[in-house]
Amino acid sequence: MINLETPKKIRPLVDQAHQVAMNMLRPISRKYDQAEHEYPKELDMLAAMIDGLADSGASEGAGAAGVRRDEKAVEKGNKNGANLASVLSVLEMCWGDVGLTLSMPRQGLGNSAIASVANDEQSERFKGTWAAMAITEPSFGSDSAAVSTTAVKDGDEYVINGEKIYVTAGERADSVVVWATLDKSLGRAAIKSFVVTKGTPGMRVERLEHKLGIRASDTAVIIFEDCRVPAANLLGSPEIDTKVGFAGAMATFDNTRPLVAAMAVGCARASLDLTRDVLAQAGIEIDYDKPALTQSAAAATFLQLEADWEAAYLLTLQSAWMADNREPNSMEASMAKAKAGRMGSDVTLRCVELAGTLGYSETDLLEKWGRDSKILDIFEGTQQIQQLIVARRILGLTSAELK
Amino acid sequence: MAFDPVKSVLAAGGKHGLSDSEKRDPIGLAVVALNKFAQSDLIDRLGLRKTSEQTVFRVTSAGFKTASAAGRAFARTGGKGGGKRVPAAANTGLFDLTPSEDEQMLVDVVTDFADEVVRPAASEADEACAAPDELLKASLEIGLPILGVSEELGGIATERSAVAGVLVHEALSRGDMGIAVASLAAGAVATALSLYGTDEQQSTYLPAFAGDEVPAAALVLAEPTALFDPLTPATKAVRQGSGYVLNGTKAAVVRGADAELFIIGAELDGKPQLFLVESTTDGITVVSDPSMGVRAAGLTRIELTDVAVEDVALLGDSATYREVVQNSRLAWCGLALGTAQAVLDYVTPYVKSREAFGEPIAHRQSVAFMVANIAIELQGMRLVTYKAASRVAQGKDASREIALARRLCAERGMQIGLDGVQLLGGHGYVKEHPVERWYRDLRAIGLMEGAVLV
Repeated sequence: MINLETPKKIRPLVDQAHQVAMNMLRPISRKYDQAEHEYPKELDMLAAMIDGLADSGASEGAGAAGVRRDEKAVEKGNKNGANLASVLSVLEMCWGDVGLTLSMPRQGLGNSAIASVANDEQSERFKGTWAAMAITEPSFGSDSAAVSTTAVKDGDEYVINGEKIYVTAGERADSVVVWATLDKSLGRAAIKSFVVTKGTPGMRVERLEHKLGIRASDTAVIIFEDCRVPAANLLGSPEIDTKVGFAGAMATFDNTRPLVAAMAVGCARASLDLTRDVLAQAGIEIDYDKPALTQSAAAATFLQLEADWEAAYLLTLQSAWMADNREPNSMEASMAKAKAGRMGSDVTLRCVELAGTLGYSETDLLEKWGRDSKILDIFEGTQQIQQLIVARRILGLTSAELK
Repeated sequence: MAFDPVKSVLAAGGKHGLSDSEKRDPIGLAVVALNKFAQSDLIDRLGLRKTSEQTVFRVTSAGFKTASAAGRAFARTGGKGGGKRVPAAANTGLFDLTPSEDEQMLVDVVTDFADEVVRPAASEADEACAAPDELLKASLEIGLPILGVSEELGGIATERSAVAGVLVHEALSRGDMGIAVASLAAGAVATALSLYGTDEQQSTYLPAFAGDEVPAAALVLAEPTALFDPLTPATKAVRQGSGYVLNGTKAAVVRGADAELFIIGAELDGKPQLFLVESTTDGITVVSDPSMGVRAAGLTRIELTDVAVEDVALLGDSATYREVVQNSRLAWCGLALGTAQAVLDYVTPYVKSREAFGEPIAHRQSVAFMVANIAIELQGMRLVTYKAASRVAQGKDASREIALARRLCAERGMQIGLDGVQLLGGHGYVKEHPVERWYRDLRAIGLMEGAVLV
């Protein structure tokens, strides 16, 4: 039966996340936007609380690791599970603050990667770690098959060499999931991910970036110089199987893209919520029944923004719902991220404009959301990469045909 | 304003797409005269003019007038009490995008009909500004008019069927939007009667819709004014005796010359209300009004001059009027989904087979990304529309969701229509391919009020 309301059993979790976002993240939102690179110590307590929630089962398995798809047979019938719970709670947290959400201990994208591709032994061993994700290198971004960081087997260890940039929470996390190639000549199939724990000799944080937005989140450059990691830290299969190819590593994205889409949806809703108030104070009420074009330009604009927001929100829920029901969701995840990414920028920037100097000023947060949102149309696959994935799928074209 | 003969000659505005500020100078006046002469000369020389032509109602040209259809007599029956109502749909509390088995069956039947009957008839129906009679008869067989009518009243709905309604509008519009509107118009009237009619109204009118000879009927809300707001119609109703008298002009009336029953929006005592008006009532003039698209719906205007109706005519109240406005908009969103899907289904194989510079144009990102964006925006439109429909079915307030669906389908739907034509280039602009029709049809979303209802 078609029903797109927030699932009843996830509603308490959403309400809780909203309270946390409102009462914990918002009060320190501007503080850490200005104090870039300073560790938001308030988050430790929050993380402990979230862990407690997870242990109690009240979180419906939500969180970065909630995207794991175990091999257990799926019960028959419609499922609303950890994927939906995760995107809905991330959405609420990012309504509070995107940068702080990204800095939440043990909720890193690396955790989602581990959850997506680790075997049972590994996921048990890395339980409780806070894992950052290191894919991008100075010489490539979107073309993640161009990994030049190498991993060479030496006995029971792999020796990793290379430079990784844009590692979110790279300095704060307990470990880093790093993508490296076993043999560059074998292409995508040879790319594997490794968990490297903090303090492993040969791995060092070179510097932290100064950014346009999400400044509460640290973005590190990490250098690997003859960094030796146990062979058991290679996630998934060590075999270079050209048939499976890149699929294993890319599967992470099917799980993380809905989360990033949810971040954009949350951030944009913050802008819409505040702008609605600001417009009301200026005498503009949004009327849902009166034709948009018979209302003020501001109201008509707002309606258009909210309509695009609603589309992005539901595309995000759809991709998570499909994951919960073990349906392949690569295309829907990309659709969600493409729509949410561009909607996020459009909505937050338009809201700054609607609010005028009030929106542009640092006295409130609209301008910050206008900066924070931009990254969400870039990381975990840019707008253009998402369009490429959707186009290939719709048109039935290979990556050789549609470059 | 007093009539000014000089100004009336010099002022070019008000006709032929000219604004009122346009003025004619002497050369302009000479050109007007020459043009008139040339036209009449040409017509007479070719022997095209027939004296009878002016009096025949032609739905394909604007401005032809006729009286409303002779129509049947609806025997007044039933009591004063409230009508029968379908209950709201249950809510499982789970997020779900899978239609129920019944809904899926319905969609499958309508999809077959759209593919095999509607699409092949679309181009001709667009040209003729009418859906073929046989097609309309066939649409009765699959139960379109009684989809939203309660089982107790001879229909097939056991609960509020807004989701099924949207799915059917979508499936049918994938065949053709104009024909979809023509075949769903009677259902809009029947649905409104089922949802809001008194026992008397339901007993008087609904049996005809559940029978073999389903009357053409039209839900009429729109008016031919810029910035029209259906909540404040210019058409007025005043009380007279125990009944009402209606005056005004309405637009977007589906098959106005054939319709036997209208539901007409008019203002009564400062509030918008719906009135049931039989076509045999005096004072109704139907004026042909072929439009940019949705032509197979046979769009007309109706002029209401001192149209007197009995007390039984008042349908629902101003709160239900608002619901009808909303749920009609929702039905148009359903139509947008089907037509936008038709665009996507058509351009996908086209861009893969059309070659330029030695390879299919689909291999170019500028082309491929356009197709991707059609797919992304369409799915967004679909989800927002489904959410609104599911709220309506569950009896929840859906004002916000319907408004958002309408904005989205108007804006993104039109973009899909544009991109459909653009992707085919010159081929998109000629009638050999259907994308130009879909482009015209998709412009209707966001401006239409009434006509269809879920």
